[in-house]
Amino acid sequence: MTAPLLDVRDLRVSFELRRAGDLPWTPPRLLHAVSGVDFTLAAGETLGIVGESGCGKSTLARALIQMVPATGKAIWRGETDLLSLSPREMLKYRADIQMVFQDPLASLNPRMTVGQIIAEPLRTHHRGLGSAEVKTKVKAMMDRVGLLPNQINRYPHEFSGGQCQRIGIARALIVEPRLLICDEPVSALDVSIQAQVINLLTDLQRDLDLAMIFIAHDLSVVKHISDRVMVLYLGRTMEVAASPDLYGAPQHPYTQALLSAVPIPDPAAEREKVVIPLGGDLPSPMNPPSGCVFRTRCPRAQARCGEEVPGLAGGDHATACHFPGPLEMAEIDRTPA
Amino acid sequence: MAMLEITDLAVRFATTDGTVSAVNGVSLTLDKGETLGIVGESGSGKSQLAFAIMGLLAKNGTATGSVRFDGQEILNAPRKTINPIRANKIAMVFQDPMTSLNPYMRVSDQMAEVLTLHKGMSKAEAVAESIRMLDAVKIPDAKGRARLYPHEFSGGMRQRVMIAMSLLCRPELLIADEPTTALDVTVQAQIMNLLAELQHDFGMATILITHDLGVVAGFCKEVLVLYGGTVMEKGPTDPLFATPSHPYTRGLLAAIPRVDQEEEALHSIPGSPPNMTAAPKGCPFAPRCGHAGEDCLDHLHPLSEFAPGRWRACNRSVEDLA
Repeated sequence: MTAPLLDVRDLRVSFELRRAGDLPWTPPRLLHAVSGVDFTLAAGETLGIVGESGCGKSTLARALIQMVPATGKAIWRGETDLLSLSPREMLKYRADIQMVFQDPLASLNPRMTVGQIIAEPLRTHHRGLGSAEVKTKVKAMMDRVGLLPNQINRYPHEFSGGQCQRIGIARALIVEPRLLICDEPVSALDVSIQAQVINLLTDLQRDLDLAMIFIAHDLSVVKHISDRVMVLYLGRTMEVAASPDLYGAPQHPYTQALLSAVPIPDPAAEREKVVIPLGGDLPSPMNPPSGCVFRTRCPRAQARCGEEVPGLAGGDHATACHFPGPLEMAEIDRTPA
Repeated sequence: MAMLEITDLAVRFATTDGTVSAVNGVSLTLDKGETLGIVGESGSGKSQLAFAIMGLLAKNGTATGSVRFDGQEILNAPRKTINPIRANKIAMVFQDPMTSLNPYMRVSDQMAEVLTLHKGMSKAEAVAESIRMLDAVKIPDAKGRARLYPHEFSGGMRQRVMIAMSLLCRPELLIADEPTTALDVTVQAQIMNLLAELQHDFGMATILITHDLGVVAGFCKEVLVLYGGTVMEKGPTDPLFATPSHPYTRGLLAAIPRVDQEEEALHSIPGSPPNMTAAPKGCPFAPRCGHAGEDCLDHLHPLSEFAPGRWRACNRSVEDLA
């Protein structure tokens, strides 16, 4: 069996926080943004990562390309551990792993033209290219993502949000990456424009045999675009499975609650739907609950959940829960609203 | 007579780039206890419509037409007329609970202010009533939490505070402008559930402004679809979702991925939303519409009833779209 494109093991990211007024020798408090996440990604596969704000999904993506310091391993093509590379060595792999960011306008330099923005990765990673070649490639890429080549000398503010996101995608793809990390690429866009960008991403992925890590809080969008989906809560994996399995038969109580909360644009279905309420607020990542981090809000939590951290088990449809399986109506009614 | 009667409401803004027509001739009525969803994408004029009703337009904005509440004209009404109506009769919940609450005031103080101002209560009475209302929106330990500042609450809890504050004077109409857009889905479900309960208990009419068709489907009896400041379609929720009669509504519904269904490719609407500084003469959706012809760029058939309770503004008949 060939090695996966990316094999991530026990990825951890923590931030040191200092309070105003702390003395220099006071030890900083640690915020564990990502606490031991494992996953693999095959070439050409799309992995969706979902979770609510603060669950560590963006930090996880940033850690992979060393935008934030992390520990653990991220093995690229069975050979190199990306997390152990020096910035200089990492440069070689940056062309293979590109990123598309959430805020389409803020992630583009307002003082560069579209042509300069899209060409910049080429000039960084392929220094030998002549300017005529660069221009041809840029124009071809603009055409590919649905921008008009005669817009090459315009500035980002002259474009709408959807078009800016196309520029961001063109910039990421111009160096022919193997992996594209999309961090909430469509959450700032209107529904009609969102569909355009999603369709563009799926087309490009199929044509270029790209692997994608697609991070979003919108579960319907992730379902549509992903082969496999991973659910995060407080920096830990709750469940990971092929998209139809995860959405069709969610096993973890958190996944079930999350899915039940998604509004359905169909009045009849929406009225019949049973929403599994989650009691209380998200615990602080500074001081996560012992054992299973979800136990404080779980309708099924028992004594064991506070003592033992559940491991991710179950092969292709893996769940980190001591008592996985569909929730019964009686359990749902027990949760305090 | 309907409780709220809006006739031919238009909102324009004078900007350095020219006049922006945010809302173009919207008419609607709302009876006591009804729920109306106003759906539209960014720039469709849905928020400005609400601001115009409340008399909260920015300085460069002008509103024309008529907004009657219980028969009284409130559009462009002087403060003396509108202030007793705001909060007492019509209340509003805004999108971003953090920027809508005063960060320097304790929650109990900013809530009590509403009651001392509008109801002439004493401070002690007002605080006690505020705590009762915080309890009604299910904030645990309402008494203790009331003494906290807004930054000490989570996003969902802050939105609960906003809702509690808007309900203090028992308004007859609540306008909720994207009340859950800034929140996570599980919190959104809690807040919408709470709003539905309160709407039922207090019997108030509610206008829910949102871009999320899923939220509207669960909450509203009636839906109004706005595009480019113009009403494209309005009617009861169930038939509107089941058999949308306007190309824009159809496109919008087909563009949403569904969590409960499998779809091959998403139907996307080509092009981008209109630039409202150069408001189109005809149908604002015409440049993106698959059924549009020359006539659509020139004029738009006014909103008319094509089935009982269902209204649409389109030059093509429903049969033509099939």
